[in-house]
Order: sequence, then C-alpha cells, then structure tokens
Amino acid sequence: MTDSHADVLRESSWTGGAHPYSIGSKKLGMWLFIVSDTLTFAALLLTYSYCRLTNPNWPKPFPIVPAIVFSTIMTVVLLGSSLTMVMGVAAAHRGNRAATVRWMLATMLGGAIFCGLHATEWMHLIGEGLRPFANPWGGSPLFGATFFGITGLHMTHVAIGVIYLGIVATGFGRGKFSAEDVEVSGLYWHFVDLVWMFVFPMIYLMSVKY
Amino acid sequence: MSSPSSDSQAHGPTTKLFAWVWIWLVLITGVEVFLAYKHLPPVTMLLLLIGLSVVKAGLIMSYFMHLRFEKTSLVWTLIPAALFCIGMMTLIFPDGIRLRDSHEAPQGVVQPK
Repeated sequence: MTDSHADVLRESSWTGGAHPYSIGSKKLGMWLFIVSDTLTFAALLLTYSYCRLTNPNWPKPFPIVPAIVFSTIMTVVLLGSSLTMVMGVAAAHRGNRAATVRWMLATMLGGAIFCGLHATEWMHLIGEGLRPFANPWGGSPLFGATFFGITGLHMTHVAIGVIYLGIVATGFGRGKFSAEDVEVSGLYWHFVDLVWMFVFPMIYLMSVKY
Repeated sequence: MSSPSSDSQAHGPTTKLFAWVWIWLVLITGVEVFLAYKHLPPVTMLLLLIGLSVVKAGLIMSYFMHLRFEKTSLVWTLIPAALFCIGMMTLIFPDGIRLRDSHEAPQGVVQPK
C-alpha cells in the first residue's frame, strides 16, 4: 500500500473505507481482546474491592519489609519491561531487526524475573499456611481465594506474554513477521503491565501489616 | 510499502518521551507505597489508590500503547468498557461502604434495613 493510498483510506473513514480506524486488522483485534480482558480483570478486582470493604477483619499479611518492598521491586521490574518493549517497537518501525530482538529479549527477561519473584512470594505465603479457602491469620477466608485468583490469572498472562514475545521476536528476527506484529505483541505486554498497576495497590497496599 | 499502522507510527513519541513517562510511572508508584505507610482508613486509601492507578493506566495507554497518536475513533471504541467499569464502581463501592459501616456501628444505633 502506498502512502497516498493510506491517506485515501483514512479520509474515507465510516464511508465504506477498508480501515475506519487507520490501523491494521491485527492491531484492532488485539485492542478488542484487551477490551474483553479488561472487563474480566475489572470484574475480579471489583469483587475483591467489595470483599475488602465489607470485611472489617480482612487479613493484612503484608509487612512493609519485606513483602511491600518485594512487590514494589516486582512492579518496577514490570514497568521496566514495558519501557524495553516500547524501545523494541520503535526499533521495529525503524527496520532495525537486531535491536528489536535485543529489546524484546530484555522484555522477556523482565517478565521472567517478575514470574520468578511472584512464584517465590506465592511459595512463602503457601508455606505460612495460606490456601484458597483458608488463611493462617484468622479473619475472612476470602483472602486466599481472591489473592490466588487475581494474582494467578495475572501471572498466567505474564507467562503467556513471555512465550508470545519469544515467538514474535524469533519470527521478526527471521523476517517472517512485520513491525506491526511486534507492535501488536507490545500492546498485549503493556496491557499486562497496566493490569498490575491496579493489582499491586489493591491487593498489596490495601493489606499492609503495621 | 506502508501499512496504516506503520503510517500512524511515523509521527509517534520519542525515546526521551518514553523515558519521562516511565519516570512518572515509577514516581507515582513511589507515592502509592508512601501512602501505605500512612495507615489511612480503607475507603480513603482505596479511593486514592484507584485515582493514582487510573492516572498510571492513562499514561500507559496514551504513550506506551500509542493511543494518543491513534485516530480518535479508536479511543471512542474503548470508552464503553471504561464507562462500564466506572458504573460498576459507583454501584458497588457505596454499598460496600454501607455494609462496612453497619458492621462497625454500635449495636442498636444503625439497623440495616
């Protein structure tokens, strides 16, 4: 498609043009997936918030040191991986394949570190006796179900994202995928980061042990 | 050859802008953690944290997800989901606060209807 053709498509929005949003179908498809996944996480987080607000005896198992410091490091790692991802997308649009693959590998490393830290934290809490339907600190037994449910679903998204980025990076490096594919995978990764921006304060910072 | 997507990327943000957005995101995270030290009431804490999280989500969507540089029609397509979430919050939070207050009130003072 030439630039002038793209301009014509942009001008013909809502009049039968092929690209009413001026983006490719893959990118639009990813945005629609993000909207649906947003509603899934919103339902979980709203349910959690309701449980948290209505239970005066909600467990508070996260001391500032080490739990909040630990989860803050996880947050910064995930934010850092978003920065490396945007650098990868920018490099892909410049046509620099080697730099794109390097930035995407850095992003995958951030995701893997996040999963490792999260798994460590899970094992620590399980070691203390936390279960989906019971907790060792007393108070509402809903804490375990909401904690494992929300953070588990998020961690699954991160793990799938690492695999997804690996596939796209390999394909882009070999010339089989386009810059748009890299950008679409970036959208997914930033969405996973965005969800954590709600999970971290609502799960961890709302349950600080003083 | 140019796809619509790569065409819209041509006038996108710079590396410096990405770095600034990232710094702001880390700073807001720092403010959230600082609030955790303050031992605020749950309702106040929840509202403050949601407000800051919405700001962070806006920064991520606008710059990292490139939404600020896309056509307005794409932004409008995402608005219904955001309105749905806000609508659910306005329904659920007041009821949650009402229930919590009725649990904490001394016996005989507040009787839930």
